[in-house]
Amino acid sequence: MATATVAQQDSAIHEHHEQEHHEHEHHDNFITKYIFTTDHKMIAKQFLITGMFWAIIGGFLSTLFRLQLGFPDMNLEFLRPLLGGWIDEAGKLDPTFYLALVTMHGTIMVFFVLTAGLSGTFSNFLIPLQIGARDMASGFMNLLSYWFFFLSGVIMFISLFLKTGPAGGGWVVYPPLSALEQAIPGSGMGMTLWLISMTLFIASSLLGGINYVTTVINLRTKGMSFSRLPLTIWAFFLTAVIGILSFPVLFAAALLLVFDRSFGTSFYLSDIYVAGEALPNTGGSPVLYQHLFWFLGHPEVYIVLLPALGITSEVIATNSRKPIFGYKAMVVSLLGITVLSFIVWAHHMFVSGMNPFLGSIFMFLTLIIAVPSAVKVFNYLATLWRGNLIFTPGMLFSIGLVSFFISGGLTGVFLGNSAIDIQLHDTYFVVAHFHLVMGSASFFGLMAGVYHWFPKMFGRMMDAKLGYIHFWLTFVGVYMVFFPMHYIGIAGFPRRYYSWTNYEFTNMYTDLNMFVSVAAFITFAAQAIFLFNFFYSMYRGRKATLNPWSSNTLEWTTPLHPGHGNWPGEIPTVYRWPYDYSKPGAAEDFIPQTVPLSQTPESNLPHEQEQVKLELEIMKEEAELLVANGSKH
Amino acid sequence: MYGFLIGVGVLLLLSVIWMVYRIQTLVSVVKGSDKKLETTSNKVNAFLFIVFLVGTGVLMTWYSIKEFDNYQLPVASEHGVITDELFWITMAVTGVVFLITHILLFVFPYKYQYKEGRKASFYPDNHKLEIIWTAVPGVVLAGLVISGWLAWSDITAPAPEKAHVVEIMGYQFAWEVRYPGKDNVLGDYDYRLINASNSHGIDFTDKNATDDFPSPKVVIPKGEPVLFKIRARDVLHSVFAPHMRLKMDAVPGMPTRFWFIPTKTTAEMRAELKDPEFEYEIACTEICGRGHFSMRKIIEVVEPAEYQKWMAEQKSFVQQNPAIAQGQKVEVKEIAGIEKSERNK
Repeated sequence: MATATVAQQDSAIHEHHEQEHHEHEHHDNFITKYIFTTDHKMIAKQFLITGMFWAIIGGFLSTLFRLQLGFPDMNLEFLRPLLGGWIDEAGKLDPTFYLALVTMHGTIMVFFVLTAGLSGTFSNFLIPLQIGARDMASGFMNLLSYWFFFLSGVIMFISLFLKTGPAGGGWVVYPPLSALEQAIPGSGMGMTLWLISMTLFIASSLLGGINYVTTVINLRTKGMSFSRLPLTIWAFFLTAVIGILSFPVLFAAALLLVFDRSFGTSFYLSDIYVAGEALPNTGGSPVLYQHLFWFLGHPEVYIVLLPALGITSEVIATNSRKPIFGYKAMVVSLLGITVLSFIVWAHHMFVSGMNPFLGSIFMFLTLIIAVPSAVKVFNYLATLWRGNLIFTPGMLFSIGLVSFFISGGLTGVFLGNSAIDIQLHDTYFVVAHFHLVMGSASFFGLMAGVYHWFPKMFGRMMDAKLGYIHFWLTFVGVYMVFFPMHYIGIAGFPRRYYSWTNYEFTNMYTDLNMFVSVAAFITFAAQAIFLFNFFYSMYRGRKATLNPWSSNTLEWTTPLHPGHGNWPGEIPTVYRWPYDYSKPGAAEDFIPQTVPLSQTPESNLPHEQEQVKLELEIMKEEAELLVANGSKH
Repeated sequence: MYGFLIGVGVLLLLSVIWMVYRIQTLVSVVKGSDKKLETTSNKVNAFLFIVFLVGTGVLMTWYSIKEFDNYQLPVASEHGVITDELFWITMAVTGVVFLITHILLFVFPYKYQYKEGRKASFYPDNHKLEIIWTAVPGVVLAGLVISGWLAWSDITAPAPEKAHVVEIMGYQFAWEVRYPGKDNVLGDYDYRLINASNSHGIDFTDKNATDDFPSPKVVIPKGEPVLFKIRARDVLHSVFAPHMRLKMDAVPGMPTRFWFIPTKTTAEMRAELKDPEFEYEIACTEICGRGHFSMRKIIEVVEPAEYQKWMAEQKSFVQQNPAIAQGQKVEVKEIAGIEKSERNK
């Protein structure tokens, strides 16, 4: 209802622009347009800019601990103005703060950048535009979703500056470490703020997710059946479903942790003697927390990854000038991944002390999930095959994503096998695995999306050449950072280690660690090219054309700067799937979804001839209805 | 002064880059090349994929071969040989897939780069192909899973009766080792009994505890089953013995276990590696706080006869400090008393 009113107002404004100038002003003041906006496009931009802010913070934290790992003997005195007491008298990074850095890097990247920054941006931006809706089902919930996220970020940001440091028990915050201030100072106020922040984040995620699902189900335009949805929308839709089902479990886990920390319960605590004192807690189980955490934690991987895969599908098809290969197989794979993502969580816990029989079950389930993932890769390859490829920066990042998805996915076959995982668990092999398959792949999806939809977001083009430089530096850089980690992982180097010199078996590869660190600094610095390109192009980039990539989907039928309500007139009707690229017989190498089949007899396939009849019948009925309505007036 | 000069230099460099960038943009607008699709950039990008493929391929192959002996840790347990074999089989299978998919992924962009006047094939699906590439990974993965499952079942099966028991307890930030003594049964413990002289919290009212003895390192016999009984005193830890291919979390309140058969004594390994300093090590692999990276413990694998001799030489907790057992009985009674009175309420 609300969206319809907005649209009416918009068109009214267009018609009586002069007379109703006052109302126009009222409708679009600074606060309602840029801050507490209900326009999905502006909310998407808010998520994007906030996500970028967090990516810079998260990336910067990683350069700090890479400094420690690559150059353990370096005097870090020059960081004192920034880190203060966390640099000790000898100019060394404090080991507790090192753990805090690792923890915050993980939390920020997983939740703030790749969940909120990716899903928040592109689900918000693309769902209404690509399904043909005026806005989200509830603009107000959407507004709340962003501001809960913002508040959650503010609290996490504050926790970085606490005297006792932010949470430091790893991004998984396993109790008892995260429950006991005596065990690590970060588990005091830092952990409290972490829990508050994550609670707000979960609220934000749920508000967003419910909105996405509702919008996709209810607000599709005429003709936009589920089988004609772009794969982006399928991915966002299923991501939202996963989020809705799994985030509440994280909330439960966090709530019980709050009870254990503050109200003396023993859900996760038992038989603990710490800091010279036996605690009264008995009967709890730390493994319970791990089950609850990974019940979100594993689906979270797919929450991060699926939107990136959706974006890639769209970008690769458009720039290959070819339909995505095996649309149905892609949808079925997404569905398969969605369902399976909920029943593989305990593969993170093969050596946690849980029953080994459970380990066997989860090993079988985990390796099943590799099948739909493999199908997706083969389908991407088949889409490139005999295409006519245009290497826009978005396309480059999409190909990069597929490469990371393969490299990181294959190492998952090792880790999902519990017998092999005994040795590899919690080593750098795992770090290499998930940074490629989840971190870098999703980050590349985010980048592909930004480059591809920037013209729709800001009406201007990003500079392509700077995009190419950014891509090649980042693509090579990411591999130089994470590929060597496989070697040190196979050698058994454990994760979250401040230094390697205490053990004989890890007292090597200083050269390789140095190389990784330098590669990390260069890769991080290369992101400045993107930031410059982004903000410069926003104001000074070349004006975009309406459909710069000659794409089929609906968002390119809106004006250059779509107002609130997206289409000035009626919402377009959809007559075909979004992947009619290079159709034999057609004059152009693309046919937008809004072109009726009846208008393209030269390129229709045999089975589409049937649909033409149906289409003409419906159009006739509608015309009659329109006449009937007209005569009533 | 240097800082100022560097600042000026950076500023100059940035402005030069900026000028070049602007000129380049303006030229492309004037020439109208921004409207073209078959551009030099497109060709360069396509070519760079091939450069990347060859470059990283060579780098990876060279480094993997050169460093093989460094990253491949020597293995010293029976099940470790099996899991290593599984690892390398998986490496071969995934390696082939890795190479084929990446060659296709980077050759296609080169081969099918944009050409004016060519049209891409309209090729939306092929059921046969899709069934094949769903079924083949399915079958291959099934093979890998089943072999992994068989190994896993053996590794996690109950330890043989005669296995030598060693208790390893993790705490911030070290491990403590306890042997069950002649009876091969560890005495009971209770975390509430822990104090300065009884760091394990051993309950000396239990008869099995009387011959338990501590050890500064883990000493185990070669070729005989060894059972690690693992527990933690404060937070989660994880026992990781890389050469034994052994890892198991230490969980407060939930004892865990891992059994294995060591295959090489420390002396044999020293000879094999030509490293007289070599030691088997235990590290912690579950984040546990400030000293997580420094929880080193040494495992010494010896010949069975030597092991028996070493066992006989060890002094039990009670022999080392007769007072702990004495004093504790009172405490235990007290605790029992408290529990009783609580129950009566």
